Order: sequence, then C-alpha cells, then structure tokens
Amino acid sequence: MSGFQTNNKVISWLDQRLPIFSMMQHSAIDYPTPRNLNYWWNFGSLAAFVLVVMLLTGIFLVMNYSSHTSLAFDSVERIMRDVNYGWLIRYLHMNGASMFFIMVYIHMFRNLYYGSYKAPREVLWWVGILIYLAMMATGFLGYVLPWGQMSFWGATVITNLFSAFPVVGQHIVTLLWGGFSVDNPTLNRFFSLHYLLPFVIVGLVVVHVWALHTVKSNNPLGVEMKGEADSIPFHPYYTIKDLFGIGVFLIFFLGFVFWAPNFFGEPDNYIPANPMVTPPHIVPEWYYLPFYAILRSFTLDLFGIPAKLQGVVAMFSAIIILFFLPWLDTSKVRSAKFRPLYRQFFWLFLIDCLVLGYVGGKPAEEPLVTIGQLCTAYYFAHFLIIMPLLGKLEKPKALPASIAAAVLKEKA
Amino acid sequence: MADSATHAQPSSTDGQTRRDFLLYATTAVGAAGTAAALWPFVHSMNPAADTLAMSTTDVDLAAIQPGQAITVVWQGKPVFVRRRTEEEIAAATKDDAADLRDKATDASRVQKPEWLILIGVCTHLGCVPLGQKAADPKGDFGGWFCPCHGSHYDTSGRIRKGPAPLNLPVPKYTFTSDTTVRIG
Amino acid sequence: MRKLILSAIAAVGLMASSGAAMASGGGEPLMKPGFSWEGFFGRYDQAQLKRGFEIFNGVCSNCHGLRLVAYRNLAAVGLTEDEIKAVASAREIADTPNDEGEVRMRPGRPSDKYIGPFPNDKAAAFANGGALPPDLSLMAKARVGGPNYIYSLMQGFVEEVPEGHTIPEGKYFNKYFPGNAISMPPQLMEDLVSYSDGTKATVEQEAADITAFLNWAAEPELDARKSLGLKVMIFLVVFTAMLYALKRQIWKNLH
Repeated sequence: MSGFQTNNKVISWLDQRLPIFSMMQHSAIDYPTPRNLNYWWNFGSLAAFVLVVMLLTGIFLVMNYSSHTSLAFDSVERIMRDVNYGWLIRYLHMNGASMFFIMVYIHMFRNLYYGSYKAPREVLWWVGILIYLAMMATGFLGYVLPWGQMSFWGATVITNLFSAFPVVGQHIVTLLWGGFSVDNPTLNRFFSLHYLLPFVIVGLVVVHVWALHTVKSNNPLGVEMKGEADSIPFHPYYTIKDLFGIGVFLIFFLGFVFWAPNFFGEPDNYIPANPMVTPPHIVPEWYYLPFYAILRSFTLDLFGIPAKLQGVVAMFSAIIILFFLPWLDTSKVRSAKFRPLYRQFFWLFLIDCLVLGYVGGKPAEEPLVTIGQLCTAYYFAHFLIIMPLLGKLEKPKALPASIAAAVLKEKA
Repeated sequence: MADSATHAQPSSTDGQTRRDFLLYATTAVGAAGTAAALWPFVHSMNPAADTLAMSTTDVDLAAIQPGQAITVVWQGKPVFVRRRTEEEIAAATKDDAADLRDKATDASRVQKPEWLILIGVCTHLGCVPLGQKAADPKGDFGGWFCPCHGSHYDTSGRIRKGPAPLNLPVPKYTFTSDTTVRIG
Repeated sequence: MRKLILSAIAAVGLMASSGAAMASGGGEPLMKPGFSWEGFFGRYDQAQLKRGFEIFNGVCSNCHGLRLVAYRNLAAVGLTEDEIKAVASAREIADTPNDEGEVRMRPGRPSDKYIGPFPNDKAAAFANGGALPPDLSLMAKARVGGPNYIYSLMQGFVEEVPEGHTIPEGKYFNKYFPGNAISMPPQLMEDLVSYSDGTKATVEQEAADITAFLNWAAEPELDARKSLGLKVMIFLVVFTAMLYALKRQIWKNLH
C-alpha cells in the first residue's frame, strides 16, 4: 500500500484508520496494466457501467411499479405515460438489459480469443461465469415484471424446464410458482429476487475485480508482464481510455433508447398477460436464444432418457462446460494471435453461436431443426474435442520475449 | 510508479497547458452532462401527470346546514368545509383585533362569510384537528382542537393557543354555482 | 480492423435474428406508406392526429376501448379544454359510493381514462358475437409491423373471398390478418367522417389518420423522446470527441 502520500491532515487521519485512499491509489491509479491492451479490453468497464445504469434506473422504476398481477401491466404503462421522464427511465432499463448482454458477450468472446481464462486466471474466469449466470437469472426475472403476454408465457416455459428432472421436477416447479400456475405469488417473488440479484452481481463484480487485481490483466499478446517497461499505471491511461469507450457506447446505447426503443423487444409483451391464450410464436429474449436452440435440439428419447430432460441437461451443460475450459484447452499459448489453427476455430465457434441464436429465434421447423442439432453438436465438440486436440496438434508461432519488446518492434 | 507517471508528461510546457485546458474543459462538460442526466431521475419523483390531473375536487354544498361541517378529500388531504352560524362569524370577525400569532382578518380567509374552507392539517406537525363532528372537542375558541399536541383554532381556523405556528391554510377554491365549490 | 468488422457483423446478426423472428405472421407483406413520425427527425402531425381522433371517437370507439389514454391527454392531439370536457362527458362511469353508499353513474372527467363502450370484457365479447374487440391503447406497439400493420389491416378487406380460403359465418376476409378470418367487418369507406379541418376523407386518408392516432395513443412520448434524443446526441458527440482528444494527448508520449 505504498505510494499514497498527502499533506492534507484530515485525509491522512482518515486513511490511517480506514485506508480507503491508499486502496484507491493502489488499485485504481497506480495499478500496473499491460501497456498494449486494445479496445476489446474496454468491454469489462463498459459492462460495469451498464450495471450501474441498470441499478439506478431499476431503483427509480420500482418507485412507481406495482408487483400485483392486476396492477403490474398498468403500472408500467403509467410509468411510460404519466411519470415524469418515466418513459426514458423505463426504456433505459429495457434496452440496458440488452446492452449489458452485448457488452458481456463481447467481453467473453474477447476472453476466448486471447485465452484469458488460462492459468493463473481460472478463478477470475469462474467468477465471470457466475456473473453471467446471475445476469441470465436477473434478466429473466425482470422480463416477467411488466406482466405482458411474453412475460407470462416466458415465465411459464422457463419454470417448466425444471419439471424435466425426474421425481422432484414437479415439486420444484410448484415451489417456484407458489401455486399451481404462474400467478400473483410468482410475480411477487420474481420481483423480490429481481431486486436482490443485481446486488449479488455487484458483489460478484467486486470479487471479479479482486481476482483481476491479484493476477493482473491478460493482454493481446498473452505473455505476462515481466518488468516496469511492460506496464503503465491504470490512471490516467486506462481511465481516459475507458471513459472514451463509455462515450462511444452511450451513443450506441442511447441511439436505441431514443429512436428504436422496442428494437430488442417483442410486440406481444404490450398485450397484458392472459393465462388462457398462448401467443402463436413465443421466443425468449435474444440473449438466451443460443441456449434455447440447444434446449430444442433434443427431440428423441434415447437410452430411456426423455428428450425433455436431455434438452434441459444440455442447456445447463452448455454453460457449465465453460467452467472446465481452462483445462479443456491444452495449449500452452494464450493468445489466438499466435495460434493459427485455434484462430480459425474461434471464428467457427462464434459463427456456430450466432447460428444457434438465429435458430433459437425461429419456429421449430425444418431445415432449422437439423441445423440447430448440428450446431449444438459442434458447440460441445468445440469444447470437448477441438480444444483438447488443438493444444496437442497445433504448432504455435513464436512468442515475443516481452510486451515491451513487441510494442517497440511494432513501432519500429 | 512515479517514473512512469513522469514519462507520461508532455515535454514542452506549451503542450502541458494545452493538455490541462483540454482536461479541465472535458471535466467540466462531463460534470455538466452527468448533472443533466440525473435530472430525469430526480424529476421522476415529483408528482406524475395523472396525480396532477386529479388536483381538483368538486363539493356539493346543498345538504350542509348552518353549524354543520363536512370533510372532503383533496390531494389526499382532508379539507374542512364548514357552514358557519351567524354567531361563529361574529366571533371570528370580533377576534380580528385580538392578539393573533399569525395575523389575518376573517374576511381575508373566506370568499363568502358563511362558508369557511380550510385544509384540515394542523400546521404544527400534520395531525388532523378535531371539531368537525358535533360531539368533537372544538378547543377554547370554538373552532378546532388538535389532539396530538394541543393546538386550538378559532372559528376562522386561526391558531390561538398551543404549539402550531400558523393558521389552518385556505386552499384555492372557486364557487362554480351557489351550491357547488371546486377546490384546487 | 477485420476483427472489428467481423464482430460488428456478428452483433448485428445476433440482433437481426431476434428481429427476424418477429417478421413471421400471416398474410401478405404489409404496406409501408411512410409516416411523419418515422425516421431520425420524424414528428407527429398534430392535424393528422386530430383527424385520427375524430375517426376513433366517431367510429372505432363504438366497439374498442382506449383504456390507457386519459381524456386530458387529448390536448396533445389538438383538442381545447372545452372540447376535452365535452368528449369526456359523453360517456358515464361509476362514481365512488355516495353518502348513502349507492354507486351512481357520473359523466367522465378530463382526468378519467377514456371510457370504453362496454362495462367489461365479457359484455364486449357477448355484444360482438363472442369476439372481443381488443383495446387499442397499445395496438401500434403490440402487433408485428406496428403502424404499418394497422394501416394495412384497415385496407386489407377483400369482399370476394379468394380461392382456397373458407371464411366462417360472421367473419371477414382480410389479406393482412393472421389466418385471414377477422371478426371485425370492414370499417373504412369514402366520407366515413367529415373531418373538421375539411380534409377529403378518402379510405387511404382515413387509414393513415387512424394509424397516426393509434400510434400516438401507444407512444405519446415519441415527440419528446426524439427531441430530447437529438440534444443528448449532440452533447455526446461533442463530449466523446473531447474524450478522444484527451485520450490521444495522454497516450501521445507513452511509446
């Protein structure tokens, strides 16, 4: 905790008792950061920024929201119509959810490309996956709150996933619902949990940053920082770079909020929930679509396991498998920059995920069902076959001696 | 870390000034933008359009006999509408000359002397004073008595005794006909 | 740079997949006449909103509700205070219980929400042969295609049912309605209403006007949203440019 000095007696007095200024100095100002981070490294701070926006808008939305089935829809419309700037706050929140996922997905794919999950950053990666899981839960819970048709039927379908588990399945579903269908008790507990989980995410983010500051940032070259020449202090270099990133991001984000606020939404959610009528084509929010496609890919009962259970297990496995990635990837080299084969498979995997997303958003018809099944197979093959084999088969390019050496060479 | 901070400094003092100016300008613009961005959140806590639209209440006066009072709801608060007797009016005007804590003539507090319309919220700490029903205690001055902390109001709703600092406020109202009044 | 472009395509692709999912429906591709409120600078045309309101109030509101729009909101459509009072008092709504505990009907007030034609959904369905006329407050947001859907549907009725379609008794053929069999009879015709501003009431004009009004009913904040958006964008572009300049200044001497 060196480096922090001040002549201000009050600050000094406080810092000796609660080293808040020393900590800031240590982890937000002096914090050594690789000098060669590119703009793909902006998306972590952008995700954190969106989290703050979501908390702020969410807290203000709650001031005017009623979590009762007979009031919820109209209370949201009252926010849109009567509350001062209610439309702005609600559209920020609605689109903010999509932005959060866009930022986090880019953050995750950046991680995959540059091998940031590898030792010693496995725990950092794990905490990241936990954040992602918490986000998915929060997003789902939040989507239910306006109590439109998609809210209701989304809640029904997703909670019914748990009925796939043998013996306990139906009991879990009844427990989740607090009744015999999605109804007022369900809405109330979803509201409660939707308010709780973001603070859990904040906690996880703190742990994520703690882990990051312990192992330090990876970088596009994937070689560790070795000396002073490889690093620069976080402030002012990355504070200004992150702020610039936020500026660009806000233009993108607010473009949707002001000009296409319902771009990511479904028209059906502007119809009040009706437990008697299912909309003809129900889809989850776009950020779940790849997993939704995996869920739907299992259509045959095999080895006595019902297709429904297979789908649910596969869907959860698709995320759980990410926890094992640091060991499934057997390569010694981190960055795809020096892994010519992996680089190709990275793009294939990205395309695979996009196709899965596309399939997930479409009705379950041929040829999309088959395409979805192939892509599901590839998704798992990428992790279980390609990643372990690539590390053995691929001949990586020569790594630079250090970050500084590479930067200077590039400059020359 | 100190050395890496120094080698980030531009070499010429001229550049230094330009960078400082840019830093201050950007900081100022950013601070202004952040402040502006917070306004919608603050303003969202102000009364919403539907709340504002409900800000008038029509009262039918036809059924109220002299000496009777009714309580109506306006903006979520009780409003006292009292049809005063001749004696009450006389007592109120007589006390115009008394030593009042919050000086106001009775005439300044009514549009028609017969009808006294007040916001029924004690100016001390917001309780609703007693005195609307025949059986209620009306305090030492025949008007209202606040049971919370013992404030006494007279037949013009003026504070006469107790901790309250001000008279019971008169809401904005208009007589839309001889027997109806619109409050707000 | 290649990576940047690729991932931009990826992001757009992901979004498009959710957008494309919405494009499925029934019937012909929708007409897209282009409306005044579309686009970056688009705004509502108040005269058009008022014409649309005249159709809604005179025709649609006999079967359809507009329960999320308050009479006071009609000021945005160009109605004066007295006109709003007149429109509001045309229908009655249950008052709060009086001193004797009786619930009487009273005329609507400007602060009331638009009073629907039927006391409840059951009554509405019963009066319409079992088909519930949907509330129109959010119609422009609650259907795939939004305003284009409304505009097309209003003009999509075909008297001669085309080959290969059977339309049940009491239903009508509409090119744009999912499944084609719609319970609402054709509504628009030449001179259905006589506009107070003297505009000639052709079927197309009527369709466009009612669409405009319903879009306003669904998105009354649109004008305020786009004008605030414009200011915010100007600020952000300037501020982001300053941040970029500062970033370059700070990083300049690094290497």
